[in-house]
Amino acid sequence: MSDTLTILGLESSCDDTAAAVVRHTPGQSPEILATVVAGQTELHAAYGGVVPEIAARAHAEKLDICVEQALDRAGVALRDMDAIAVTAGPGLIGGVMSGVMCAKGLAVGANRPLIGVNHLAGHALTPRLVDTVAFPYLMLLVSGGHCQFLLVHAPDEFTRLGGTIDDAPGEAFDKTARILGLPQPGGPSVEAAAKSGDPRRFALPRPLLNQEGCNMSFSGLKTAVLRARDALVADQGGITEQDRADLCAGFQAAVCDVLAEKTRRALATYLAHNPATPTIAVAGGVAANQAIRGALETVCDANGVAFTAPPLNLCTDNAAMIAWAGIERIRTGAAYDDLTLMARPRWPLDQSSPSMLGSGKKGAKA
Amino acid sequence: MTVSRTRVVPTPDDMTAFAAGLATRLTAGDVLLLSGPIGAGKTHFARALIQKRLADLGVAEDVPSPTFTLVQTYDAGGVEIWHADLYRLTHPDEALELGLQDAFDTAICLVEWPDRLGADTPDGALHLTFSSDPDTEARLVELTADASRWADLISEFCDD
Repeated sequence: MSDTLTILGLESSCDDTAAAVVRHTPGQSPEILATVVAGQTELHAAYGGVVPEIAARAHAEKLDICVEQALDRAGVALRDMDAIAVTAGPGLIGGVMSGVMCAKGLAVGANRPLIGVNHLAGHALTPRLVDTVAFPYLMLLVSGGHCQFLLVHAPDEFTRLGGTIDDAPGEAFDKTARILGLPQPGGPSVEAAAKSGDPRRFALPRPLLNQEGCNMSFSGLKTAVLRARDALVADQGGITEQDRADLCAGFQAAVCDVLAEKTRRALATYLAHNPATPTIAVAGGVAANQAIRGALETVCDANGVAFTAPPLNLCTDNAAMIAWAGIERIRTGAAYDDLTLMARPRWPLDQSSPSMLGSGKKGAKA
Repeated sequence: MTVSRTRVVPTPDDMTAFAAGLATRLTAGDVLLLSGPIGAGKTHFARALIQKRLADLGVAEDVPSPTFTLVQTYDAGGVEIWHADLYRLTHPDEALELGLQDAFDTAICLVEWPDRLGADTPDGALHLTFSSDPDTEARLVELTADASRWADLISEFCDD
């Protein structure tokens, strides 16, 4: 029997519903045979915002279609799968539950083993799906809902070095766009507006910048943008295109500064582990921002550390990362899950590190 | 009879203290509806309230913004705390899908952007409306309720 593993992955923990088939033979690069995301991008324009998929029923309906398409495109049958991997958390409970129920049904129906995967582990292990990245590596996971630095020691061993104590950067981009009347999602629209802006015109705060550790805060930055806007409106009755561009540029520069400085600090901790091939991997939708990416690459270059970022379709929520995380776990000899697998709305990757407490002004309080 | 009073909250630390003071007075079935524009302090208030309840149990827990996940739930020793941000919802039915109606009866609920609830807004809720002073970091919080449950608390927590 060969060591090749072919895994079906399911993901439905947040807004998207996805299925994928990934195959891996030891010593070779993993192969994504198919990845299907029933995205909502086409709906965004219609609604002018990101529409959450909150109905478990809708996830369940889409999952069936996604699984069928993924198997079809991969040219494999369900019975050919070595296991079925599914996001068991963290996330919105209805979505996670429908994914877990669907996976259990498929596992029982096809008599295949089941493996529950942490959604964040999926993101954190993606660099190894697309690139040859050796453990341990430093991971910056930066998206709409998450922002954390992780030391990735093994497929099942993570140390959280720090993260946001309030909003994630993606959320700060969305809210800045809301404040300035730019379209959602805010990441691309704020980045586009910032291109013609002067980042030095508005002095926006860099919360927690000079504080020890890798914790970050982005909530106050959004409030500062709001205050600057209101001051302009009070003075001149509105804001001009240039005002908006300058505010976007100032906001983006502040996010870049905070992420770059905290990456420097995280890097110092990481390098103390003497990794053989020092690497920083960045994943999450915010990694698509060219200014942020540039700032992080500069930090890496200055420290002689390799920089890698998976392609955007594997940075945002997808099921290939779940299938891959399943493969990685099986390779460590982890036991399969049985039908008692539960959906876990809260599931920190690193249970040992203290939680991120306090407010942006005061920093961590125990 | 509707009771409505306002509390002036000069600093973020005062907001934390205000939330912590209210935290210890809440029981299962209490619903706090947090209204007001972006940046007015709704999430700061909710985070401080939840962390106070958890700290009293010796639990240190992250309280992330619920904007993306819509709902975060916390086990506060025999009672759940639900922290919801309904901004992204487009229809009151979606609040039903989240299980909020059941939670209104059984949990302590903190709901941001509660206007999305429409006709499903619970009658017995305490409404907190946040606004900012443009010149200082002070916030104004207006507390309003119909239910007698809140009358004494509103008098106690508001000066005017």
